[in-house]
Order: sequence, then C-alpha cells, then structure tokens
Amino acid sequence: MFDGAQVLPGIAAWGLMTGVAMVKSGLSTIEATLMAVLVFAGSAQLAAMPLIAAGAPMWVILATAFCVNLRFVVFSVHIRPYVMHLPLWRRLLGGYLMADLSYVLFTSRFPHPGEDDATRQAQEAYAFGNGVLNWVSWVGMGLVGIALANSVPSSWGLGFAGILALVGILCSLATTRLRMVSGGVAGAAAVAAFALPLKLNILVAIASAVALCLLLEKSRPRAQP
Amino acid sequence: MNGTDLWTIATIIGMACVTVITRSFFYISSKPWKLPAWAQRGLHYAPIAALSAVVIPEIVMTQGHLIDSWKDARLFAVATGVLWFYWRKGVLGTIIAGMAVYLPLHLSLGW
Repeated sequence: MFDGAQVLPGIAAWGLMTGVAMVKSGLSTIEATLMAVLVFAGSAQLAAMPLIAAGAPMWVILATAFCVNLRFVVFSVHIRPYVMHLPLWRRLLGGYLMADLSYVLFTSRFPHPGEDDATRQAQEAYAFGNGVLNWVSWVGMGLVGIALANSVPSSWGLGFAGILALVGILCSLATTRLRMVSGGVAGAAAVAAFALPLKLNILVAIASAVALCLLLEKSRPRAQP
Repeated sequence: MNGTDLWTIATIIGMACVTVITRSFFYISSKPWKLPAWAQRGLHYAPIAALSAVVIPEIVMTQGHLIDSWKDARLFAVATGVLWFYWRKGVLGTIIAGMAVYLPLHLSLGW
C-alpha cells in the first residue's frame, strides 16, 4: 500500500488536469463526470476529447481509444499467469483497475506469480488495494477538476506532477544495466516515432527496447534481466 | 455548448468497455497456453520500456517537436526529482522536489 500511496499526489494532479481538460474540450458536466468515473484511462480520454468535440463516428473514437490503450494489451500478457486461477469477473475487474502505475508497481513488487494460495491472496490484495486507491484518487480529483474547470488555468502545468511521479517510478525500476538500456532505448524511440498516429510510438518503443535487450542478453549470457 | 447527448454517453460507455478489454486482453479467455520462453524473458524489460516511452516525450517535446532550448522548467524539475530520488529514495519526495523547481520557473519566468 505504501508504494501506491507515495505516487498519489502525482495521480491526483494528473486527474485534476484531465478533469479540467474534459470540460474545456466542450463535454457537458454530466459527460465529463461519467467519463472520469467510467473510462479510467487518462491518455485514451485525452485522445478521445477532440474527436468527440468534432463529432467523429463512434467506431473511430473507440478504435482510437483501443490503439492508445494497446500497451495494456502487452501488460495483460505479463499479468496472465498471476490471475488465471481467479473467476472471469474478478479477472475483468482486476484488469479494469490495472493502469500503468498499478502494473509497474505490481510487477516490481511481485516478479513471479504466486505458487501457493497465501502468496496468490497477498498478490491479489496488493493489486486490488493499489488499483482502488489509484481509481479513487483519479476519479476524485477528476471530479474536483470538472468542478473547478474555470478557475484552474491549465497554463499552471500542475499535471506535470504526474510526470514526476512516473520519473520516480522509472528510477526505482532502473535496477540493472539492461533495464536502464531498455528505458533509454524506449524513451528515444518514443520521441523518434512520435509522429505516428494513435500513440503507436509507445508500442514501437516497447517492442524495440525489449527486442534490443533480448539481443544484448544473448550476447552477454550472464547479464541480469 | 456543453449540452449532454445520448450519443456521447454511449461513446463514453463504449470507451469504458475498451478500457476493460485492452487491460484484460490476454486473460479474458481461460484456454491454457504458454508464452514462449524468450517472450517471457522479454517481459522483464517491458515495464520500464512502457513507462519511459510515456514519460520521455512529455519531458523533452512540445507540441510534437523536440525542444530546442534548455530554458524549459521540465528539464530542471526532472533533474531535481532524479537527484532527490537517488539521494533520499521515495517517489513522494521526487514529486515535491520536482514541483518546487518546476512551478517557480514555469510561472514566474515562463520557462
């Protein structure tokens, strides 16, 4: 729980600015509230806003949200062995709550899926606790942002607190040399491929960083993952 | 402006479904399959890669272009945050130290 609580100010500031942005993009208060409560995916929300404002067809908006969320599909491969013993609805609920930070905190706290019931329960409790905490602060501050939309100018840049939270997590993940390489390559690739539509640069970045690290690992068999 | 319509509500509900489907994608079906060993190993590098891919463009780019000036509050804030992290550990301190550098530079100097 402590890991998750530390990043809360970042998530809160980010939720706040997303709430402000939703109202400023022209969504009604009801629509913005519903989006903050239900969608729970900041980058997809930000990508969808201009499309909704422009009256784009629904399938275009949903396809965009899907592509922007593609990194979660990669995460779900990773999480699968941790959750397959659970019934479907619990897996879906867990998936819904497994946003970027929850995924990163979870996999660094538990590098391997639990083998026995006690470990599995501890893992599920950690994931659920973190996810709910994350959801409550995201939604709560999103609602505050919607309410204060006209008095919090986005030029203040409060949302940058969210980036700083991610920077902190990034540092805590950089535990081996190959992981640092992975982060460096992915960052550079994401910038280089930024022009790709639908945030596909993130997917390209993950693929190229993982591929390069696997190659390096092969050429230096003793390297730590 | 800012009227509520059913079409937008339906779109938002659809987006919530997209969130669930993408995040649970590979564990919706319970058919057994195993990931090849190389992919399993590759996943060790995925979390940091994903995070870095999200974060780095937010620090060094403005409106889709690489920044060409060092007078950017984000650079100083991130440097401060990273230093703090390695000095004291802890993400909360990273956020606070970074914002303590970011806000004055951004609001008063306009960096």
